[in-house]
Order: sequence, then C-alpha cells, then structure tokens
Amino acid sequence: MALITLTPWDLSLAALLIVALAVLSFQMQLGLSRSILIAALRTVIQLMLIGLVLKFLFNTTHPGWIVLVSVMMLLAAGREVMVRQQRRFSGTRSFMLGTLSLFISTVVVTLLVLTVVISADPWYSPQYAIPLLGMLFGNTMNGIALGLDRLTQTAWQQRDVIEARLILGQTSQQSISDIRRESIRSGMIPIINAMAVAGIVSLPGVMTGQILAGAAPMDAVNYQILIMFMVTAGTGFGTIFAVTMGARHLFDDRERLRLDRLHKAIV
Amino acid sequence: MNIPAKRGNVALSCLQIKNIQARHLGPLSLTVSSDAAISLRGQSGCGKSLLMRAVADLDPHLGEVMLDGVPREEFSGPQWRKKIGYLPAVSQWWGDYVREHFDEEKIDQDQIPKWLAALGLKQAVLEAATATLSSGERQRLALIRLLANRPQVLLLDEPTASLDPENVTRVEALVGDYQHQQRCAVVWISHDHQQLQRVASRHFVITQGRLIAQEVAWR
Repeated sequence: MALITLTPWDLSLAALLIVALAVLSFQMQLGLSRSILIAALRTVIQLMLIGLVLKFLFNTTHPGWIVLVSVMMLLAAGREVMVRQQRRFSGTRSFMLGTLSLFISTVVVTLLVLTVVISADPWYSPQYAIPLLGMLFGNTMNGIALGLDRLTQTAWQQRDVIEARLILGQTSQQSISDIRRESIRSGMIPIINAMAVAGIVSLPGVMTGQILAGAAPMDAVNYQILIMFMVTAGTGFGTIFAVTMGARHLFDDRERLRLDRLHKAIV
Repeated sequence: MNIPAKRGNVALSCLQIKNIQARHLGPLSLTVSSDAAISLRGQSGCGKSLLMRAVADLDPHLGEVMLDGVPREEFSGPQWRKKIGYLPAVSQWWGDYVREHFDEEKIDQDQIPKWLAALGLKQAVLEAATATLSSGERQRLALIRLLANRPQVLLLDEPTASLDPENVTRVEALVGDYQHQQRCAVVWISHDHQQLQRVASRHFVITQGRLIAQEVAWR
C-alpha cells in the first residue's frame, strides 16, 4: 500500500472549509473569525517548519540536534501552560512551574520508553524520539494547564474557606487539600476519558496516521496503546507535580494564604 | 507550651501587641491581660479586621505579637492560630455535615456537649447538613468549633450579630465562663454599645488607623 501524496492543491481545498467556518463565525458575530484564520495559518507555518526540521533531523543522528529541538518544544509547551492560566503566579514562577513539571514527567517517561520499551538503535533515533516527545508534550501540557488553572481560580474564589480553615489551626496543605484534589482530578480526567473511549468512539491520532501511511492495523494499534499509556502517565505525574508545587507556593513560610502572589492575565 | 501558663496564682496568659502596622492601620500597641476582656469599636473599614488578621498572622505586616511573653515566631503559623482563637464575622463551612468540622476524637467527649447545651443547641445538630443550618445556628456552632481548640486568646468579631436576645445572653455567658476558666484574654468587637459595656472592662475605638482608649463603650 503506497501512500497517496497530498498536493498543495488538495490542501487548498481543505482550507476552504476553514474559510467557510470563519465566514459563518463572522456573520454570527462569534468574535472568532480572526482567531480561526490566525490559528489555521499558524498550523500551516509551524507544521511546514517542523517538517523541514524533521527532514533535516532524520538525515543526521547527532544527539545535539535532537536535544536542541526537544528543548525548544519544551519551552514552547511551558509558555503555553503559562498563557492558559487566568490567574498566574507572578514573575518567572509561573513559567518555571509549568516547564519543570513538563520536563520531569515527559522526559522521564520518554527516556524510559525509548531505552527499555522500543529499544531503537541508537535509542535517541529522531524518528522515534521526536514524535513521542511531541505527543507527550502536547497532552501533558493540557493536563498541567487545566490543573493549575483550576487550582489558582478555585483558591481565589474560596479564599474565605481556606482562611477559615487556617484560622482553626489547620496546616496550609490541609486547608487546601480539597481544592488540590479537585484540581488534579480536572487535569487528569480528559486523558482517562480518552483512554476509556479509544477505539470505540474515536480512532486516536497516532493510529489514524500510521494506518493512512500504510502500516498494518495491528502494528498501528500496538503503537497507539504505547502512546496512550505514555501520555496518561506523563499527564498524571506532571499534573500531580505541578498542582502540588503550585498549592505550596500559594502559602508563605508562616503558612498564610498569599493570593498576592497571583496576578490576573490581561486578556 | 500547650497549657496556658498559670504559675501559682499569678495569671500570665496575656496578649501583647507591639507596633502592629498593616496597610492604613497603626502602628498601634495593646496589651490584654489574662482573664480580661476589652471592647473594640470603629466604623466599617477602620481596620478592626486588619488588626484581628494581623494578630492571627493571616497577612504580612509589621510589628510583634507575644503570648505570655513568648514571641509569635516561636510557634508555627498553625500552632499560633490555634492559640489565638479568631472568630471572623462570617463563618465558613466547607464540609457537607457539621461533624466534619470538628476533631473526631474530641467531638463526643470533652466539653462540646456542654457547650452545645449552654448555647441552646441540641446534640443532634452535629449530624445536621451544613446547608440546613440557620444563620444563628452557624454563628453559635462557629464559636463552639473555635473553643474546641482551647485557644488562650479570643478575638471575637461581632459574635452575636445574627442572634436573638436570648441567645445573645447565652453567648455572652459562655464566653465569660470560658474566659474565667481558661484565664484567657478576650477582644470583643461589636457595634452594640450596651453589650460592650456588659462584656468588657476596658474600651477602645479605632479611628484613622489609631487606637484610642475610652472610659466607656460609647462616645
């Protein structure tokens, strides 16, 4: 089964769908036309660029280049986690928190899978390392962003309850325990749901891609299972780490609630 | 450090506030001796709550607070706040049932049944859902919840605002009893001059961020 190559003309036809959506959203005054067009344009440019990068990477197996691309992906994902927070920790703390959580969960899981599970030769083969990292960053980022956003928003809304618990002598972490738990749950539930419906309601992306590219269905399924497990582990550990660290940073060394450490994003 | 200091007959459980400064409040100083109650008045927004929050160490601020001559920094934040029984004007209930807001080990034994009776509440109220409580029940239960920590100081912000006259009398009596038994220092905030005259022996008013002593609890 050979892959049918898509031409620019084919893609232009698909782009008409996006234009039609933008026109409809303009007529309905949804205020989204601009965002739709800009996002679509970004998709084209960013994917073209990463295509060129991958083409280059696959011809070289120098680990330095792979590390460089991975770090850039990490920083971009860290920034994305930050900008999705309505109330962020001030200064560089917000960026550091998201990026560190992404790094710890994603990099550990990917290294484990590359060396132990796939055992590619060399283990950092870009054909395996880069797509896996990309899948993981993309999903883990969502979980961390959701969890942190829920944490800071709820802490802001329920400051009186948190302080009432502090006043009664609870420790800072006892006083925010319910909010912390709910925030971690909200970060993890989408990926758990995705696992639960995989194959029944949705054909996940990796599998779809491999089948389109002509892979045998069972091979595609095996990779999809691997990716699902990685993504769930990365999202889970990353969200737990980020929310736990965030919940600590909401208090100072006297265990006072310090909402002045948050500032509202200007949207 | 958990037992109120009572050496011989000399009462030592006193609250000392030195040069407290928070936003537009202070610097101000105040000492409340043990087994004594003072009253505190002032218009809304004058800084009464800021002062209470500073003493309970809930906001960053300047100044020192000592209990029995021991500076606050000797204790962790939670340890300190257990000693300083601060009752905010509005109580918060985070659990679905009243019982969840009490220490499981203390709830049945201890003084809690006695305190419930003293405030005209039935023991069964502990099993009630918090959503079904009236504002008066909430206010009285919040006081009992606070006393269960055995604080050495009581900072009461309008503790009888939503109570009928009968229950106002009950709360005043319970606070008075607790004050004498534990020999604790009490700061009572209220807009009711007559009440302040009844419950406190010294009177203060906060105006323009300053604390002014008064002979009686009205102008």
